Amino acid sequence: MIELKHLEKRFQIGDQTVHALDDVSLSITKGEYISVMGPSGSGKSTLMNILGLLDRANSGEYWLDGVNVSALDEAERTRLRSEKIGFVFQSYHLLARLTARENIELPMVLSGVPSKERKLKVDAVLEKLSLIDRAHHSPNQLSGGQRQRVAIGRAIVMKPSILLADEPTGNLDSKSGADVTLLLEALNEEGITLIMVTHDLAIGARARRQLNMLDGRINDERIT
Amino acid sequence: MYWRDIFSFITQVLNRQRFRTIVLWVAISIGVVAVNLLTALGEGAKTFVLDEFNLLGRNTLITLPGKKETKGGMPPITGESPRSLTLEDARAVSRLSGVKTVAPLVLGNVDVSYAGKLREVMLVGTSRSFFLIRHLEVAQGQLLPDSGLQRGEAVCVIGNKLRKELFTGKSALGEWVRAGGSRFRVIGVLKESGTSFGFDMDDVIIIPVQSAQSLFNVDGLFRLFTEVRTYQQLPDVKRKIVELLKQRHEGEEDVTVISQDAMLSSVQDILDTLTAAVAGIASISMLVAGILIMNMMIITVSHRTKEIGLLKALGATAATVRLLFLCEAGLIAIVASVSGLAFSHLVLMLANGYFDDIQFHSPWWSQLGSVLLAMVFALLFAWLPAQRAAALAPVDALQGKQQRGEK
Repeated sequence: MIELKHLEKRFQIGDQTVHALDDVSLSITKGEYISVMGPSGSGKSTLMNILGLLDRANSGEYWLDGVNVSALDEAERTRLRSEKIGFVFQSYHLLARLTARENIELPMVLSGVPSKERKLKVDAVLEKLSLIDRAHHSPNQLSGGQRQRVAIGRAIVMKPSILLADEPTGNLDSKSGADVTLLLEALNEEGITLIMVTHDLAIGARARRQLNMLDGRINDERIT
Repeated sequence: MYWRDIFSFITQVLNRQRFRTIVLWVAISIGVVAVNLLTALGEGAKTFVLDEFNLLGRNTLITLPGKKETKGGMPPITGESPRSLTLEDARAVSRLSGVKTVAPLVLGNVDVSYAGKLREVMLVGTSRSFFLIRHLEVAQGQLLPDSGLQRGEAVCVIGNKLRKELFTGKSALGEWVRAGGSRFRVIGVLKESGTSFGFDMDDVIIIPVQSAQSLFNVDGLFRLFTEVRTYQQLPDVKRKIVELLKQRHEGEEDVTVISQDAMLSSVQDILDTLTAAVAGIASISMLVAGILIMNMMIITVSHRTKEIGLLKALGATAATVRLLFLCEAGLIAIVASVSGLAFSHLVLMLANGYFDDIQFHSPWWSQLGSVLLAMVFALLFAWLPAQRAAALAPVDALQGKQQRGEK
């Protein structure tokens, strides 16, 4: 479902050109569980941003479900992003003024889902993530693990086919981190394609397919 | 996004950033209030002045001795003229067709005394018609007799203030007062009417015009008021008066005839300009409010860069982001305009309760204009920050970067 062909991404820092991605080609099928590891500056975040349609490559092609998304304009990419891709960030990125429930509802609000339908879907997600008793709490009343669960709820409420998690356990203690990892893996079991960037080798090793990046290239790939 | 969702999203933002919301609200309200109060002040002054002039009624022509020599400029107010406008002229004018009545006017200051008390007041020598043209009424007694400009009787009508000063409680009717060198019997006391047209009509003595002429030893008139039968006849009568007096003054056109309308329209022009200028000055406060909105919005955009990035990652298009920011400014502007309008009405209501003579009201165009101006400025100045927010690349915004390549 995802096909990357010879992706290049360059940044200009001062008068030096940095290759964040250097001729990356990658093919991902539906339902895969992939971890992306590597040192800082190896290009894993850039890869995630491009996969999530948040950023564009300088050259190369990105095919998503048979569509060359490199060629689409920003409005179409936004629509695809909201339909097909869910994001989980290291620092949760929840809106502090909204309750847990409203944070989960936000993607549907932005893409104009009628409020009745929203209510049903949010209820289902809250149930699934055992957050019902936290629904009306604001993020600063929640623990780190709960916040990340709310963020995951927000990522999956639109029923995307791809879940991109950028260091989802980076800000959590090991117990909450393990919970979040189990939750993400459970979602993967249900068929969502899970792509996770992590520094944590133990967590990265749980993925069936492990990519190791260095200097903008995938220099090692392991399938367990 | 649904409008209802946009509204609740914005109110959550505004509620969260309460201080900023209140500052913008107050700034825009002040702008609206300033525009409305200042135009109300201008309009109030205009109405007041026009009412003063209107005392004469629009069917009245005023004839002045003397001729303005060049076009433009004001006619001479107390100009010396070679040939005076006489009572004979007044009689001739009164016989013209279309003329309803004429009232000659002789003015001067005299000492009026009664039982050892003396007061210097303005003396008005005129006829019975003057009371009708100026809408003056007596509180006691009667008007000047209708003697048809034939002879001057030794009677007078006095203002209420003069009565109080001279007679202190006693009835004035039938008493004889001394004015200048002659004695006059008081036959009427005017109703209190306050100062109008520069005369304090409460502190005057009014006597028949012939009596005034002999008192001051003059044969000319200060003014001649002519009331025409219908407004349509006004230009015609005006022309006839000029012709008649030219003929009577040996072919020399040495009088000026002005109508109420001519005076009104020039006064109105001046006051309209004044109101517009004042409203213009007030609009500057709106501009200041607009710039405040822009600054606040730019700060908001930089503070909320991450949020904007998040919204875009979650599926908000550039258009949605722009709409959210514009609606935010628009909502503040609407609320602030409405409260500004309400506040101006409250102030005007209080002012109108406090002042009897002059009434202030903000005209519809300034109410509508101030609200539109507030909206336009709010949206115009929010446009730039909104555009900036919409143009943020999601990946950079998520990392809190405002521009590409900035670390």
